[in-house]
Amino acid sequence: MAGGTQGSGDAVSHTYENARTWLLMPSWVVLTFLALIPVILMLVYSFLTKEFRGGVIWDFSLAAYDQFFFDRGLFGDDPPTFEWTYITIFWRSIWQAGAATLLSLLIGFPTAYFIATRPAHSRAIWVFLITIPYWVNLLIRTVSMKFLLRDQGPLNDTLMGLGIIDAPLTLVNTNFAVQLGLFYSYLPFMVLPIYAAVERYNFSLSEAAADLYASKFVTLRRVLLPAVKPGVVGGCILVFVPSLGSFLAPDLLGGAKNYMIGSLIEEQFKGNAGNWPFGAAASMILLSMVLIVLIIFARSQAHREKGAK
Amino acid sequence: MNKDDVAIQVKQAVKRYGTFTALKEISLTIHDNEFFTLLGPSGCGKTTLLRMIAGFEDVTEGSIQLFGQEIESLPPNKRPVNTVFQNYALFPHMTILENVGFGLEMKGTSKSEAQAKAMEMLELVQLSQFAKRKPSQLSGGQQQRVALARALAPQPKVLLLDEPLSALDLKLRKAMQLELKHLQRETGITFIFVTHDQEEALTMSDRIAVMSAGELQQLGSPREIYETPKNRFVADFIGETNLLEVTVDTIANDRATCHLGGGHQLTCNAVDGIGVGANVHMSLRPERLFISDTATESESLSGTVVENIFAGTDITTIVDLAEGPRVTVRTSNSDRGNKRIFEAGSQVFVNMEHGAARLMAN
Repeated sequence: MAGGTQGSGDAVSHTYENARTWLLMPSWVVLTFLALIPVILMLVYSFLTKEFRGGVIWDFSLAAYDQFFFDRGLFGDDPPTFEWTYITIFWRSIWQAGAATLLSLLIGFPTAYFIATRPAHSRAIWVFLITIPYWVNLLIRTVSMKFLLRDQGPLNDTLMGLGIIDAPLTLVNTNFAVQLGLFYSYLPFMVLPIYAAVERYNFSLSEAAADLYASKFVTLRRVLLPAVKPGVVGGCILVFVPSLGSFLAPDLLGGAKNYMIGSLIEEQFKGNAGNWPFGAAASMILLSMVLIVLIIFARSQAHREKGAK
Repeated sequence: MNKDDVAIQVKQAVKRYGTFTALKEISLTIHDNEFFTLLGPSGCGKTTLLRMIAGFEDVTEGSIQLFGQEIESLPPNKRPVNTVFQNYALFPHMTILENVGFGLEMKGTSKSEAQAKAMEMLELVQLSQFAKRKPSQLSGGQQQRVALARALAPQPKVLLLDEPLSALDLKLRKAMQLELKHLQRETGITFIFVTHDQEEALTMSDRIAVMSAGELQQLGSPREIYETPKNRFVADFIGETNLLEVTVDTIANDRATCHLGGGHQLTCNAVDGIGVGANVHMSLRPERLFISDTATESESLSGTVVENIFAGTDITTIVDLAEGPRVTVRTSNSDRGNKRIFEAGSQVFVNMEHGAARLMAN
């Protein structure tokens, strides 16, 4: 009897294993065709030689990486000096994306907290309202933002009408405009993960903290934030990563001075003036940097968790 | 600390949520060093009252005093009371030691001193070996004791316990009941305990407030509440009882003669406020009844045995009174030698101790 039961158990688990292989197929297909192959293509293209009307010549070359890091003069025959132009653009991009992430966090966290603390039946409506602006195309939203911010735009008109300022503030073509544009583009990616975390949060923990003499601020810092941290980290990554590679907001709101890495890459693939290997190399460098930052972060988190135990 | 001191004075406290009244003018006094229980079915307002004392709910009307000080305008973190929550509410990202030391740290004790005191508390609840673990690595009973240690560590003037044992299994619950009672005596802190379990309330409390539908039904020692319930709700809720509908026929020498369905007559002690002709209820505790084949002088009812149910420590006999209601009689198993067990179908008399029958207003 016992043996029979054992046998049928094996048969069942075998069936499950087969089923699991087939049921997981879509994920493998998606990961292979939409993530793995494109990244490999990009890696390969970054080591090829550029074709002048766009496209590549299948000859191995380090020229793209060389161009990124070194300056060899107008004709390419000067001794190489370190090239700061692209590094500066990278640095500015990281700074801009970081500022946009911080702005999203400062606005997104209270918003998510507000939604999560509404009565259960109305939460879905609030989430829906948050997503409504995002039904409009990103380009149109970004252009609208430019109209809002320009010298004779509604924002400056209102501020002047209220007598707060005398002359219009220059908002378009500033770092701040880019941050605002990025913030507005990706806000729901901050709100939704934090909302999900706060909704699962056990509010009697806040009561327990208050009961144990903690002020509201201390409760937020020592009890609520640690409990919803996975949501906050998730939201920050989801805003930071696309902000870093974004080109619409920097192009439209930042102007030529506030060039970001996304625009640089975009231009390498646009029209005949592009340089595909260089665009691919810049993408690879960006990808590696983001990965390194994320790995360092994950390591330090794991380390801290271990230390606490 | 003195038992005559008043720890908490609730004066005509009312709690309304919109049009719903959760608490209707509750007034009660809780003495220092007392194990006080708020007992009632779910939705009776007992937890609301506890949360009002803790500061999580504001008081719509009335006042709450803690050792003579009005506290209803103070936020929870300014009240010298601590709570053991129903689901424990341990901070999941902190170690057991950090959890227990949290309150002390918030009160301004240095971190090292808070941890030392927290360790003492953990020793008190016999969990010092788990100090470095996270709450999720502990069993329910252990988490419960951590919650208790955490609430006791800042040495509150009053400890509030919101159904802290409801998630534990029966054996653990019984052990924790005794442990809580001992802890209360050792620390001398006033405990206010909320429960819906009448047995738990009877076992642990110095005094019990029985609540129902936002009103205080009766306040007294466990014995008073069990033996002289004021009304039908209390009699029914505390312990098991037979509630019979009766009509009072005559009252003489403080004894009331009543009749119930089927023409049965019974004499019991008269109660103030229940006069001749009143249709009221009579409570008969099953353990104060006994079955015999002969009737006693006045306090006996005739009927037929329906069923005997064996339940370990005692035997429950169900008797249908002739043309009348059904009555439950409980015989202690140790008494089997001198009390006969009557088979189903036997014609018997249900007799009772003098004073076992109690009349009560509806």
